[in-house]
This record gives sequence, C-alpha cells and structure tokens, in this order.
Amino acid sequence: MNIAHKSSFVLSQRHLLGIAGLSHADIVGLLDLAGEFVELNRQIEKKTASLRGRTLINMFFEASTRTQASFELAGKRLGADVMNMSVSSSSIRKGETLIDTAITLNAMHPDIIVMRHHASGSVELLSQKVDCSVINAGDGQHEHPTQALLDALTIRRRKGSIEGLTVAICGDILHSRVARSNIILLNTLGARVRVVAPSTLLPQGIERFGVEVTRDMREGLSGADIVMMLRLQRERMNGSFVPSVQEYFHYFGLDQKKLSYAKPDALVMHPGPMNRGVEIDSIVADGAQSLIREQVEMGVAVRMAVLEALSRNLPNA
Amino acid sequence: MLSDRRPILLANARIVDPSRDLDFPGDLLIADGVIREAKRGIGAAGVPEGTEVVDCRGKIVAPGLIDMRAFVGEPGAEHRETMASASQAAAAGGVTTIICQPDTSPTIDDPTIVDFVLRRARDTAIVHVQTMAALTKGLKGEEMSELGLLKAAGAVAFTDGLKSVTNAQVMRRALTYARDFDALIVHHTEDPDLVGEGVMNAGEFATRLGLSGVPSAAETIMLERDLRLVSLTESRYHAASVTCLGSLEVLRRAKDAGLAVTASASINHLALNEIDVGPYRTFFKLSPPLRSEDDRRTLTAALDEGLIDVVMSDHNPQDVEVKRLPFAEAAAGAIGIETMLPAGLRLVHNGELKLLTLLKAMSTRPAELLGLAGGTLRPGAPADVVVIDPDVPWLVDPEQLKSKCRNTPFDEARMQGRATRTIVAGRTVYESL
Repeated sequence: MNIAHKSSFVLSQRHLLGIAGLSHADIVGLLDLAGEFVELNRQIEKKTASLRGRTLINMFFEASTRTQASFELAGKRLGADVMNMSVSSSSIRKGETLIDTAITLNAMHPDIIVMRHHASGSVELLSQKVDCSVINAGDGQHEHPTQALLDALTIRRRKGSIEGLTVAICGDILHSRVARSNIILLNTLGARVRVVAPSTLLPQGIERFGVEVTRDMREGLSGADIVMMLRLQRERMNGSFVPSVQEYFHYFGLDQKKLSYAKPDALVMHPGPMNRGVEIDSIVADGAQSLIREQVEMGVAVRMAVLEALSRNLPNA
Repeated sequence: MLSDRRPILLANARIVDPSRDLDFPGDLLIADGVIREAKRGIGAAGVPEGTEVVDCRGKIVAPGLIDMRAFVGEPGAEHRETMASASQAAAAGGVTTIICQPDTSPTIDDPTIVDFVLRRARDTAIVHVQTMAALTKGLKGEEMSELGLLKAAGAVAFTDGLKSVTNAQVMRRALTYARDFDALIVHHTEDPDLVGEGVMNAGEFATRLGLSGVPSAAETIMLERDLRLVSLTESRYHAASVTCLGSLEVLRRAKDAGLAVTASASINHLALNEIDVGPYRTFFKLSPPLRSEDDRRTLTAALDEGLIDVVMSDHNPQDVEVKRLPFAEAAAGAIGIETMLPAGLRLVHNGELKLLTLLKAMSTRPAELLGLAGGTLRPGAPADVVVIDPDVPWLVDPEQLKSKCRNTPFDEARMQGRATRTIVAGRTVYESL
C-alpha cells in the first residue's frame, strides 16, 4: 500500500538550478514532501506512479556514484523511465559541445534532465536550451542544491528544527559547491553558519555570505550543533593549497579531540566520498555522532521530492 | 562609397575640436580631402561651387575617432572579422582609423606581413587602417621582433596583443632598444600565473557564481614592474588596458615622476562592471575582466582628469562556437568598435565625463601617441570627421551591427546619441538613415 501524500507542494519554478533561487517556503515545502518519502522508502513496496510515463535523463559529465544512483533510484521509485548517460560513453568525448548534446537529448522529449558538470553555470546554460525541467546535480564550484536539501532534511529529523542551530562547515570551502548551497540554505532557515578553513581554501568575499569565518577548528567548532566536513581533492593536498596531508589533518582533520570542542550532542556530516585520514578520522566517521549514512538515505527521499514537485509543474501534469 | 569627393560644408554645427580645446557653434568646410576651415558663419555663400551643404543643426562635428585597440582577425580568422567588415563597423561608429593588433595568423611580426596588412586594408577597408606589430617574435615573449624594420614598414606601435611579456629581462631589452627608434610599446599587463584559471574579477560575485577569480593585483603587479623598467630605460610606454584602482595609483606615480607613460581604458571597463556578468553571460567575459563598480567609477574619474589618455573599443569578435559554452570555457572578448561612441556618450549624459574629454581620448590623444595626422579639425588636416547626433535614442540590435560577430555586451542596450555621418579623407563613408 502506498502512503497517500498529504503534501501537495508545487515548486514555483520549472528548474532546480540552485538554492539561491528558492524561497523559505520552497525549501520547507520540499523538505516536508521529502519527509513523507522517507517513510515510503522504508516500506517493502516503494513504488508510486506519480512519474509514470515520464522520462528522466541522468547526464553526468563528472564521475559520481551516490548522487547518480540516488537520482536513478528516486526516478524509478516514482515510476519514471530513467536513462543514465555518463561522460565515458557520451559524444562530448568526441568534441560535441554541451549545447549540441542538449539539443540532441531535447529531441528525445525527456521530461526532466538531471545534470552534473565540471563548469559553473553549465546547468543554467543547458536549461536555456531545452524544453524540459532541469535539475542541477552539481555544477563546478557553484551549487549542489539537492545535497544541501538532503543535509537540511537530515539535520531537521535529528534536531527537530534548523532555526537557531550553529553549523560549522569545515575544509575546502573555495572549491565546494556543497558549501555554497548549504550556506545559502542554512541561512535561509535561520541557522548560524560558520566556515572553518585555511585561508588558501576560503573564497574571496565569503564573509559577505552571512557567515562567521575562522581559520581555527577549536574556535569554529566551539558550541556547534552540527559539524559538516568537506572533501579535499587529492590534487589540492600537496603544496598547491595546503602543504601536505599530514599538516592538513593536523590542523583541520576532524578527530575525536577536535570534535570534543563542539557540543556534546553535536552531529557530524560529510557529503562523501570521504578521504579517511585527510579531512576526517575513521573513528569519528563511523562513530555514534556520525550522520553520514543517514545522509545517503535522505538523499533518495529528497531527490524524489524534487522530482515530484517539479513534475507537478510539467505540461499535462 | 556613398559619395564622391565633392566639397562638403557641415553647417550650423556644434564644432568640437579637442586638439585645440575648442567647442563653438559654426561651420566646417572640407575640400580635396582636407579640412579647409572651421569657423562661425562660413555659410553657403562662401563655399566653392558644387559643395554639398549639410545642415548639422543640433549635431556635433568632431575629428573622426581613432580606435587604438581592435582585434580584426585578418589574416587568419576572416570568419570572425575582415578588414572590410571591421571598417564598415568602424564607419557606422564614427571611427575613421582602426589600429589592428598583431595576434593574427600569421602573427604580424615581420615587415612583409605589415606590408600585406596595409595593402589589404587599402584595397578593402572604407576607413584608415593602421597596425601595431608584435613586440616579440611570434608573441612568445622570448625574443624581440625587428622593431626598426617593422616601424619602417609602417607599424605604429609594438605590442604582444593580449599577452604579457613575463620575462622582465626581455621586456627591459625591448624597451631599451625601442627607445633608439622612438617606438611606442603597448603592453597588456596581466601576470598569467596570478590570472591562473581565473575567468572573472575576483570577489564576492565570482564566489557566488562559483567562478575562479582574477585578482586586480595580477594587472597592477605587471604594470608596476613595467613602470620600474621604464624608469630604467626612459622609453615610451603605453598600458594597453588599465581597469582597476591599484593600477591607477601606480600609473599616477609614474606620470608624476615625469616618465613617458600613457594608458588606455576600454569602453567596456568604463561603462560596465562585474555585476553585468549576471547569470554567466559570456559576452561579458573579457580580458582583463570587468571590475567592481568602485573600480569603474575611479577609472571614469581618472579619464576625466586626464590620468587615462585613451579610450579604445577593445573590439574582439568571437563567434557563437566559442561563446555558447559554459562561462569558464568560453572565449574572452567583445565587439565594440560600432558602439564605442554611443557607450561613451552615455557617460557624458550621466554627467560622469565631459564631451570634450571623451572625444579627446578617442581621437586627439591616440593620434598624438601614434604619430598620426588625424585627431584634429585644424585647417590642413586630413578630412577625417564625424557628425554626431548626441541625443537620438536608439536600441542596439546585434543583427544590425556591421561586424561579422554578434558578441556585444550592449545587446539591446538603450543608447542616446550616435554617429550620423562619417567622413574619411573627405569622402562620406557612412550616413545614417
């Protein structure tokens, strides 16, 4: 038996390109809807028919395991036909431009395209050239809205509310689309946001995002309800942005000692994939305060909510 | 050519001659390709028989504009722009002389190529075309090119186009050697390492868009190095495109110290800022990038006080194949030769600039720096003249622009004022309907 959806939330736009375009009501509406899907996903019969007949194309120009799998599962559970396209098999390797690829796909009449791309703004560019809805699954260093939504859902389910919480986002803020989306979302929902990183990994003007900025984990984590760790790319570890893995872990890696600066009931998050021993210690990652596995579960529910809310906007819906 | 070389009387105009700081109501008489006289009340009675009398009531008559930096594409990239198409755009924009840049294919680093470019321009262009030549062979920044022979062949200045010579020793030697020929070196000042992967001005907006930033220090550091070398070599140096506060401070110090240093600003950096990039609009991707509003205001003020000498279009045609891409992957550059004057008039209407200052920076100053005969309405000077309607409202329609490419940052911009007639060597080459 399916659970009858109480929420009839409709997203007030055709695409989900970023958190920046969402209102407080949009975010709460999506989180409420996602909450209902969490329950559905825990049943044996997980399928609904709300996207039956719809075609969803997953277009990933960057390698991804969890986000792509999560969107695929979300689409299938809602009854859509899901097609996965990854860069290794696509014609972009043969020199086709993004826009030509978009036009080609558009001719196949998809209803929703989910795209991840290494260039900031590329998802927005795609959305201008196709007739269907477009969902940003991560564009360069710009935004990763569904990650921020799933993080918010995870926090909300554990803490009841996001308003008034202190959230410390730590690590490679400079290159992180997850950080940008989370900062905007958490601020909109009334959290107090801190960013903690060495200065080489802090983008210029970040203080104007309404965050407290610190270069010290003790200061940044003190009194925090949530500690959100970010991945540090391997090519940025050795001398270019930080001198070495050892030095980075020494100052910014989350171990039990650094975690003890936060509130005793603080929760630890990571968008994955983790570099154990670089930004996070295994004992913390697998410990009682870690929400990392739960984040993955919430990911499917959030993506179902986004697909459902956008599909209610589609023609003939 | 719209007309022959009948004498022309531009009557009842507001005559603006920045070369003599003159701004008065009067008439201008052109005959045999030169300016005969410019004064009050020549009248239709006092002109030779057969003279075309043009009533210029409410209009401005000024020296034809000289665009000191335009990337034309010929030879090698004729699909982007040819001498012919660039000159059509120039004529429609009131520009009577285009100064080409040497980063063509092949590079203009050999006297025979200078010769080719000038001949090609003579045969196909409807305005004057001059060219700068490469400062270093192949624009590689390693060995200086044949500055003496290139100058003798007609090159008006030396530059590596959009590239900076990073090797200070190469730059020092080139500056030293150039002095012997009284050659002007024009340098794009951006430290490529500091630019790195940057694609727009570093700061809050780049961070919000998730784009890598170019710090303004990338420009200022290179400029400061150059100016130290100029004080060592005492040569003539021109900063190709100054965009930010820090560079203006450095420039001011050099000018105050009496160095033979001058500078250009592009019309884009005077009229636009980083916020115009908006949702990843690649037509606003420029090199150097559009800066903050504070920088833009300071730059305009610097032009107003004469710290900036020249305003140029930085005309750089790019086709859709290289612009319809994600922002970071798109080519930099914007067309601008046809909209330079209208965009400049915007600043005049806004009260940010005086008309005389604007026209001086677009005609008299480049002529002086490059040793060209234009940029003045003095009797005897070549009849390169523009008639400007300063008030006519119009909308920029990229399809109507004469350039082969459509990458204008003034797409659908509302303008007030434009050239209504452009005269090159006494011939009318453009007339608006």
